[in-house]
Amino acid sequence: MTRAATAAPPAATAPAPAGRSGGTGRPRGGNALLGLLGFAAFLAVLEAVPRLGLVSADYLPPTSEIAVALNELLGEPRFWTAVTDTLRGWFLGLAIAVALGVLVGFVLGTVPVLREFTASTVEFLRPIPSVALIPLAVLLFGTDLRSVLLLVVYAAFWQVLVQVLYGVRDVDPVARDTAHTFGLGRWARIRHLLWPTALPYLLTGVRLAAAVALILAITAELIIGAPGLGNEINRAQSGGAVDSMYALIIVTGLLGVAVNVLARWLERAVLSWHPSVRGEGTP
Amino acid sequence: MLSAPAATNGTKAVVSVRSETDSQQVAKRPAASSPGGGRRIGSALGRAAWWTAAVFGLPFGLLALWWVLSADSETFYLPPLSEILASFDDVWLHSDRLAADVLPSLLRLAAGFLLAVVVGVGLGVLIGSFRRVRAFCEPVLEFLRAIPPPVLVPVLMLFAGFGNTMKVLVVLSGCVWPILLNTVEGVRAVDEVLTETCRCYGIRGPARLWHLVVRSASPQIVTGLRQALSVGIILMVISEMFAANNGLGYTIIQFQRTFAVTDMWTGILLLGLLGFLLAMLLRLFERSALHWYFGLRQSQRDDGQR
Amino acid sequence: MNSTALPQAGSGPLLDVRALRKVYAGRGRSVEAVRDLTFSVGAGELVCVVGPSGAGKTTLLKCIAGLLPPTSGELVLEGAPVQGPPPGMAVVFQEYGRSLFPWMTVQQNVELPLKQKKSLDKARRRQLVRDALAAVGLADVPDAYPWQLSGGMQQRVALARAVAYEPHILLMDEPFAAVDAQTRADLEDLVRSLWQRLGVTILFVTHDIDEAVYLGQRVLVLSASPTLVLDDVAIDLPAERDQLGTRSSARFGELRAKVFGQIQRAKGARPTDPAPPTDPALPADPEHADSDPADSPADVPPPRQSTDAGSR
Repeated sequence: MTRAATAAPPAATAPAPAGRSGGTGRPRGGNALLGLLGFAAFLAVLEAVPRLGLVSADYLPPTSEIAVALNELLGEPRFWTAVTDTLRGWFLGLAIAVALGVLVGFVLGTVPVLREFTASTVEFLRPIPSVALIPLAVLLFGTDLRSVLLLVVYAAFWQVLVQVLYGVRDVDPVARDTAHTFGLGRWARIRHLLWPTALPYLLTGVRLAAAVALILAITAELIIGAPGLGNEINRAQSGGAVDSMYALIIVTGLLGVAVNVLARWLERAVLSWHPSVRGEGTP
Repeated sequence: MLSAPAATNGTKAVVSVRSETDSQQVAKRPAASSPGGGRRIGSALGRAAWWTAAVFGLPFGLLALWWVLSADSETFYLPPLSEILASFDDVWLHSDRLAADVLPSLLRLAAGFLLAVVVGVGLGVLIGSFRRVRAFCEPVLEFLRAIPPPVLVPVLMLFAGFGNTMKVLVVLSGCVWPILLNTVEGVRAVDEVLTETCRCYGIRGPARLWHLVVRSASPQIVTGLRQALSVGIILMVISEMFAANNGLGYTIIQFQRTFAVTDMWTGILLLGLLGFLLAMLLRLFERSALHWYFGLRQSQRDDGQR
Repeated sequence: MNSTALPQAGSGPLLDVRALRKVYAGRGRSVEAVRDLTFSVGAGELVCVVGPSGAGKTTLLKCIAGLLPPTSGELVLEGAPVQGPPPGMAVVFQEYGRSLFPWMTVQQNVELPLKQKKSLDKARRRQLVRDALAAVGLADVPDAYPWQLSGGMQQRVALARAVAYEPHILLMDEPFAAVDAQTRADLEDLVRSLWQRLGVTILFVTHDIDEAVYLGQRVLVLSASPTLVLDDVAIDLPAERDQLGTRSSARFGELRAKVFGQIQRAKGARPTDPAPPTDPALPADPEHADSDPADSPADVPPPRQSTDAGSR
C-alpha cells in the first residue's frame, strides 16, 4: 500500500482499497448488496428518463432498448471483428510500450549521468498530448493499424517509463551499499536488487498504461477511422443507429473494466510472492 | 493514499530519538547540505553549469539532430525543421489564429476543467465521507470511468450539438473521473487521530470540511487534477477534430486535410508546447498548494534514513 | 468509592465517572474493554491514571472525551452528562505526529480551535496563541510547520493548542509515550508548571508508574482488561517537585513501590478474575491493537497477542 504512495509525489492513482479505511471491519456483504442496488438504480434511472420524456428517446434510448441492440450486436460477426481489431491494437501497442519503457527506464535509471541529462526531455515530451500525432499518423499510415500503434505506444510508453524510473530510484541505499561491498556485478545488481524493487512500480505502470492504451486505441479508431470499436461507434452515430451506438459504448466500458480487473489481478498475482506486499500485512 | 498516517506511525519512534535540546534552536531543518569552505563559490558555478547542461543539453541536441537530419529532406511528410520553424511565426503569430483558434480552445478546456474540479471534488467529498454512499456508487463509478472518454463525443454531440457547450461537456465528462475517484480515495484516508482532534476541539461544519477533509485529501486531489489535465487536453483537441469551425484541433486537422504539411507540423509543435506549459502551470500550483506535503514526506524520508 | 478525595478548590467533583462500562460489539463477538469504573476528579486536581498496557485506558479516556459512547454507566462533567465532546475540554493525544495538521503552521494549528469560538475576537485569539506558545517555550517558531520540529516540540505544540483553548479539564492520553527520556522529563515538568499556573484540571493517562507518581496528586491504578479501579493512591509528595530531588526521595520510592505492587497484583490476579461473560481470548483494548505498544517500558507486560488482534 505504502509503496504506491511512496512512488514519488502523488504518483499513480491510489492503489486498491484496504487497510485503514474509514469504517473498520464492517460487513462486506452489505457493501456488495448496496453496490448492486446502486447499479440497479443507475439502470432504472436511465430507463425512466427517456420513458418519462425528460430526455428525447432519440438521444438517449431506454436501457431496455440498448440491451436489445447490444444483444443483436453480439450476434454479428462484424462486431466481433471490431472487438478483435481493437484488442489487437491495444495489446500490440501496450506490449511495445512496456518493452520500450522497461528497457529505456532501466538504462536511464541505472546510469545517473544519463538520467540527469534526460530528465528535462522526459518532462518535456511526457505531457505532449498523443492526439497531436493524429494528423501525422494519418498522413504517414492512413487508417492502418500502424496509426493506432503510433498513438497507443506514445501514450502508454511514458506511463511505464516514469514508473520504472521511480522504481529504480526507490532502491534502498543500504541495500545498494551492501551490494557494492559484496562486489555484486552489474547484472547481478540489476537482477537481485533493481528488478525486485522496481517490479511493483513497473506493474503499476503497466496497469496505468493498459487503461491509457485502450483509450488511445479506441480514440484512434474513432478519429482516424482505423477498423475497430471506435470506428463502429462513428458509423452507428452517423447512420443514426443511436441504440447500437450506446450499446457499443457500453462494450467499450466493459472492455475498460475488464482491462482494469485484469491489470489488478496481474499485479496481485505477480506480487503475491513479492516482499513489497509486506506493507499490507503489518500494522 | 494512506501515506501520511502510515508513515507517521512509523516515524514516531524515530523522531523521538532526536533529542529536544539539540533541535530547540534550529527549528527548521537544514536544506540540502551545501559544501562548506572556500570551494563553495567555485563549485556552485560548476554545479550551475552542470545543471544547465543537464537540463538543456539533450533537448537542444535533439533539436539540432532533427534540424540537420531533416535539412535536405525531400520527403513530403517530413519537411526540414528550419522550414517548420520559419513558418511557425506566419501560421500562428502573424495571423489571427491565436485569438480565433488557440484562445477558444483554451477557454473551453479551462471551463470544462474547472467545472470538473467543482463537480469532482464536491461529489468526491460527499461519496468519500459516507461509507454507505460509497458502497452504493462504487460499481457505477467503476464502470463509468472505464468508458474511454472520447467515445462520449458522439453522444454529447447528440445532446448539445456542435457548439461550445458540447466541447465543454466533453472535457468535463473526461476530467471529472480522475478528480472524483482520487478525491474519494483521499477523503477515505483522512487520519483518525486528526478526525478525533477536530471533534474534541469543536471543529465542524465548513471549517472541518476545508481544514480537515479537503486539505487531507489535497495530495490525492492534485494527482487527480494532473491526470484530468492530460485527459482534458486530449478531449479538447478531439472534440474540435470531430466537429468544429475553429480551435486548435480543427485547425490542425484542416492543415492535414489540405496537405499543408509544414503548417500541420507547426500545429503539432504548438500543441506539444501547450501541453508542456499547462503541465508546468499545474506543477507550479502543486508546489505551492502541497509544499507542506513535500516537506512532510521529506522529513519522514530523512527520519527513515537515520 | 472515593468520590471526594482531595478536592483542591473544595468545589466538589468536576468529573464524575460512575459504573462506566464499555463493550465493543464486533462481528458476532464482543469485547469487554472496561467493566466497571467509578471515580471522580475534583476541580483543579491533577489525577494520573496508570495501568498495564491494554488496560482500556484509551477507551476510558475516549469515553470521557465524548468520542465513544459508553455501553452503560454515567459520565458527568461539570454537572452535565457527557454526550459528545464537551466544550470545556481539551485533549492531547499520544500520536503528536497525527494530531497536528501538517498543512498548518504551528500558530495556525494552535489558532484553529479558537476560531470556532465565536466569542473570541481576532486580537484576543492572537493573544491567546502567543501566550500559549510562550508558555510551552515555543514562542520563536510560530511559522514553522509541525514536521519541521522534533517529536518533543510537536507535543509541545499540541499542549499549546490545548492550553490556548482555555479548557476546564485537560485530558492527556499517554502524551509522552513516544518521546525520548530527556524530552519526557522536560515535558513532565512543563505539565506540572502549566497545571500550577493555570489551575486547570488534568486527567493524565500513562502506563509509566514513575511518571504517574511524579506528576499526580492522585494515582488511579487500573487492573488489566476488563478494567476495574484497583486503588486510588494519594500522592503526598511536596507540591514543588523536581526530577532529581523528588525522584530520589524515599517517599517517592515508597509510593512507586506501592503502585508497582498493585500493578503486579493486577497482572498476577488476572487468572483468578471472575470469569468474564465475554470471550477472554480477545484483545483487551482494540484501539491499542492499532496504536504503538512498542514504546512500553519494561515494567509493564506487552499487550496480549491474540489471533484476532488484527481482524478489523
